Amino acid sequence: MDWGTIINNTLAGLLTPTTIAFALAALGLAMHFGFAGLLNFGIAGFMAIGAYGYAISVLTFGFPWWGGMIVGIIGSILFAILLGVPTLRLRGDYLAIVTIAAAEIVRLLFLTTAFTDVTGSADGLFGYNNSGGFTSANPFPPGSYGWGPWTYNSETLWVLTFGLGVLAVCVWFLWALMRSPWGRVIKGIREDEEAIRALGKNVFAYKLQALIIGGIFGGMGGIIYAAFANVSPGVYVTSITFFIWTSLLLGGAATIWGPVIGAVIFWTLQAFLSNILPELALAGILPVSGTQAATLRFVLVGIGLMLLVIYRPQGIFGDKRELTFVK
Amino acid sequence: MSNSDSPQKSTGLHIGEAGPGCKKTDPMLIIDHVKKSFGGLTAVDVEHLEIPKNAITALIGPNGAGKTTLFNLLTGFDTPDTGEWEFLGTSLSGVPSYKVAQMGQVRTFQLTKALSLLTVLDNMKLGAKNQVGESIFRALFPRSWRKQDAEIEIKAIELLKRFKLDTKQADFAASLSGGQRKLLEMARALMTDPVLVMLDEPMAGVNPALTQSLLGHVLDLKKEGMTVLFVEHDMHMVRHIADWVVVMAEGKVVAEGPPETVMNEQAVIDAYLGAHQDTDLGVVTGRISIIDQEKDK
Repeated sequence: MDWGTIINNTLAGLLTPTTIAFALAALGLAMHFGFAGLLNFGIAGFMAIGAYGYAISVLTFGFPWWGGMIVGIIGSILFAILLGVPTLRLRGDYLAIVTIAAAEIVRLLFLTTAFTDVTGSADGLFGYNNSGGFTSANPFPPGSYGWGPWTYNSETLWVLTFGLGVLAVCVWFLWALMRSPWGRVIKGIREDEEAIRALGKNVFAYKLQALIIGGIFGGMGGIIYAAFANVSPGVYVTSITFFIWTSLLLGGAATIWGPVIGAVIFWTLQAFLSNILPELALAGILPVSGTQAATLRFVLVGIGLMLLVIYRPQGIFGDKRELTFVK
Repeated sequence: MSNSDSPQKSTGLHIGEAGPGCKKTDPMLIIDHVKKSFGGLTAVDVEHLEIPKNAITALIGPNGAGKTTLFNLLTGFDTPDTGEWEFLGTSLSGVPSYKVAQMGQVRTFQLTKALSLLTVLDNMKLGAKNQVGESIFRALFPRSWRKQDAEIEIKAIELLKRFKLDTKQADFAASLSGGQRKLLEMARALMTDPVLVMLDEPMAGVNPALTQSLLGHVLDLKKEGMTVLFVEHDMHMVRHIADWVVVMAEGKVVAEGPPETVMNEQAVIDAYLGAHQDTDLGVVTGRISIIDQEKDK
């Protein structure tokens, strides 16, 4: 077994544009579920809308890259309003059902051949980073940067820097909101919204605000992902939503840094498993083929998620007292 | 805490004969033709009811009489099929519950709603009204809300001291006992500076020692100029602190008046109190004679 490559690939997973994109989406879920108690199972839909909003407005409408990104954010705000207005007055479970369905509708709309001219259907969209000017906005001259497993070309470094900048702003934003009286009302709604209503707060407005803020974070995650790779409808599937949930629960749902660290751990672990499992199969230790071994990691993720919510529901960073599933 | 031995009763609350739907000299809530059905069951059907201002009114009646439903209707937590009601001269029909609370009508719940995973102090601070930092845009600028938040904290700690919860302020509300949660819920309600406090079974599940202090707190509310409307099954408490008693049965108001007179009315005794309200439970159930017989053997 080539331990050098395995370790190298694993360490590289610590800091990639994908990790940052998923950290942003997990941050959005932390706002939704961890703080406001909104069961959003459609975070992949928010990411898709952010990514497609960016790519379509650049490719079809000739927006500059930053204009396209703003369109992506506005798209996720509208999606949050569209989801929230009919469902937030109902019990939380309904939001879960509606969001999971809405995310699938969004994905299928991007996948259908009816709008191939705009959405690219199953092929997705590409080339928008060049034509929108995101690539040429790169301040780093071409070359190789970094060290060891963290060696990047200038394009990747630019996406990383941009992504980290966005992530830092979002983390600060969430922190600033959650320490304020606004955050107190949001946490109160998570505990018991009727009690908050009895104290004279407009619970519906607060829940919608929380849904929008988290939706923006999710949309930003999609945009960062799109800034690095192509936009493809095959990415924004339901399993992505559950990867983000795993990241969130791993770090701690009701924490600021939990979702970020959780996403880093999750993707590093993914990188490790996708490298070591095929090697184990090749070496004859695992009685499966190489392709089966690669998919085995998703089985392990599922088992991991189950063990996590059973034995450590508050996550790595969560206060044992703060968030327990069993009330 | 007030001396709970002989609370000062308010009198002269009504005009004319005391009876279902009688006029009050100074009503705070006026309810007209409020009706609510769940399927075929009429839960509440109140023709006319006035709740006197600056007095303690008890709402009593058998289980299923519609007391809690009436509470929910009055506070906007549920909408009636027909009817209207006024609070201090303003019509409340169709007003959402949070606006009702902002107008100064605060309620507690039969099943205590402590915000478990918030600290006791945060629970209290949530009660304060008109907080600048509760707007999402101003929340980002601590300078705009920090001073107000500090003032709210002082007020919250004062109230917690009154309710003997100040030592618990940093703990999660989940760690409080059932009785302490009742106290917290009442204290939190007071943070909203209410004019009308509506308590849904404040004494349910509270031990006798704590009942004493809760009684004191309820009487203090009246002393401070607030109006109290409460639902309760503990008849000793009702007799002790209520200035006015409204009796409901099958959704209707069947009797009202000062506690001494109402609780001696035959209709009320038949419908709710039972003939043996002051006799030992052992005598009522017939267990005492059995025990005596067993002793004789």
